[in-house]
Amino acid sequence: MGHTKHNTIVRALFNDDDVVLDAVKDLRSSGYHVSEVYSPFPIHGLDEAMGLDRTRLSTAAFFYGLAGLFFASWLTYYTMTADWPQNIGGKPNAYWFLNMPSFVPVMFELTVFFAAHLMCWSYFAVNKLYPGAKAQNPDPRTTDDHFLMEVELEGEETDLTKKLQELGALEISKVEA
Amino acid sequence: MHYESPVRKPLILGDKSYTDITNDIAKPVETKAPRAWWIAFSIAFVMFLWGIGCIMYTIGTGIGVWGLNKTVDWAWDITNFVWWVGIGHAGTLISAVLLLFRQKWRMAINRSAEAMTIFSVIQAGLFPLIHMGRIWMAYWVMPIPNQFGSLWVNFNSPLLWDVFAISTYLTVSTVFWYVGLIPDFAMIRDRAINPVQKHIYKILSFGWGGKAKHWQRFEEVSLVLAGLATPLVLSVHTIVSFDFATSVIPGWHTTIFPPYFVAGAIFSGFAMVQTLLLIVRKIFKMEDYINIEHIEMMNIVIMVTGSIVGVAYITELFIAWYSGVEYEQYAFLNRATGPYWWAYWAMMTCNVFSPQFMWSKKLRTNLIFTFVISIVVNIGMWFERFVIIVTSIHRDYLPSSWSMFSPTFVDIGIYIGTIGFFFVLFLLYARTFPVIAQAELKTILKSSGENFKKHHSDHGAH
Repeated sequence: MGHTKHNTIVRALFNDDDVVLDAVKDLRSSGYHVSEVYSPFPIHGLDEAMGLDRTRLSTAAFFYGLAGLFFASWLTYYTMTADWPQNIGGKPNAYWFLNMPSFVPVMFELTVFFAAHLMCWSYFAVNKLYPGAKAQNPDPRTTDDHFLMEVELEGEETDLTKKLQELGALEISKVEA
Repeated sequence: MHYESPVRKPLILGDKSYTDITNDIAKPVETKAPRAWWIAFSIAFVMFLWGIGCIMYTIGTGIGVWGLNKTVDWAWDITNFVWWVGIGHAGTLISAVLLLFRQKWRMAINRSAEAMTIFSVIQAGLFPLIHMGRIWMAYWVMPIPNQFGSLWVNFNSPLLWDVFAISTYLTVSTVFWYVGLIPDFAMIRDRAINPVQKHIYKILSFGWGGKAKHWQRFEEVSLVLAGLATPLVLSVHTIVSFDFATSVIPGWHTTIFPPYFVAGAIFSGFAMVQTLLLIVRKIFKMEDYINIEHIEMMNIVIMVTGSIVGVAYITELFIAWYSGVEYEQYAFLNRATGPYWWAYWAMMTCNVFSPQFMWSKKLRTNLIFTFVISIVVNIGMWFERFVIIVTSIHRDYLPSSWSMFSPTFVDIGIYIGTIGFFFVLFLLYARTFPVIAQAELKTILKSSGENFKKHHSDHGAH
């Protein structure tokens, strides 16, 4: 999106999270676009440094939870009031609302059930994670102790390579995306 | 950015680097099992098989093979159910509540504690299922359209609330655990040499690559799941306690049950985490990650929750007397001085008295003492459920129907079987899964690692 013209990517490997974070900030301020960082653990502040938007998964979870609450309300209304009302322990069943206090546990559980599961499915879907998927990281060392940065090449290649070396990159390679 | 007060003790001991963490945590998965593992696994497996036999016998013949009688119609089955569910609470408490409170010491123990949660909730779930007698009708607890007219499940019943609570808890704990496991499976995948192993971990790791956006989502999802799991874990034992509290049986019909059960669940769960982790850290040489600091923290939780449970026991006695209801008063008098006095006092000794030793720093940092207390606590918590269930119903309103309960070999066999099943699952987990959340642990290495902390105090915070 917008970056389709720049199809040469320079990969730089680092071995320290603080160095990577500083490098990302430096490159961004020099006008480069850091398109990806593969890291073995979450680096605090990296998303901001790379200019990533906030994730909307938590907002989605709220609406999923709301859906669960509505489903539970409908389910208890339909089964206990509409379809076959029964007098159970003298609890009022003429209106759903009168019987509602004893449905609170189920309404709560289904809210959590929907919010948690649908959020996780969304998380897997947007990250394209599924059983047997090909490893997304190009270098297997990035799940151990290395950090791989992908920068879109702009201007002279030697300038960028030099800059990356100054910023502490251990290995630099070029890929045509 | 990586600075932490020198008052806080290091959580990762030794001169560790990121690769050291990777190597240490991948080691149990990549090397052959130690002899101790095989011995433990064989014992657990035999117990498991014995339990399966007893379950088959129960299903084939009917629950008449248990020691239940007309008066005591709930006994070991529900005792074991509540005991296992209670144990299951510590995992979520550690991974969710301690995450919300930003307690970094959780990172070394949350993975195994969550595994323990899932495996013990599986054991718990077995008991209501086999107690149904006709287990092939188990789907009747679900609200599904059926051919019996418009006959639905009863949403007014706490037993049905339990179905929803336990199944939500089991499935949500499982996804919470799995979301955290994916990056660690990817770590094992990327270093696996054996092609079969590589392929298995490739499937398990879902292709995880540690992209920046994915880590951002990972952290958000973990936080939201923790926020959802915290009220969930409290609701589960609350609803389990409703099974008793909403009845009209003296000794069960008490409003203190929900908080009292939740405190008891955390208490027994932490004790089980202690039992398991003291063994795991020893067998797999994880002493640098699960160190005395972690053990001490958990002992403090055990001490506090044990005391809360003690206050609840005493409150119950007081309220029984204060209520002026003679049946209520008799129920408690009978617990403490009736034919099951030994169970009551075993409960009091194990749950209220024994955790008080943890006020002493010397004792709560002693590993052998901790191990002993952790087992004592779990015995005590089993007795608590036995006392609540059996002593409340064995003497009802009609003295001619008073009776005692004695378990048959089937009752005992199923209980032993679930302990075996639990350890079979846990031991398999310990050999094939990364037992410590290594990706999370790496994030605190620079702030809580011994070498980095030492560097900070020698050279000052930069």
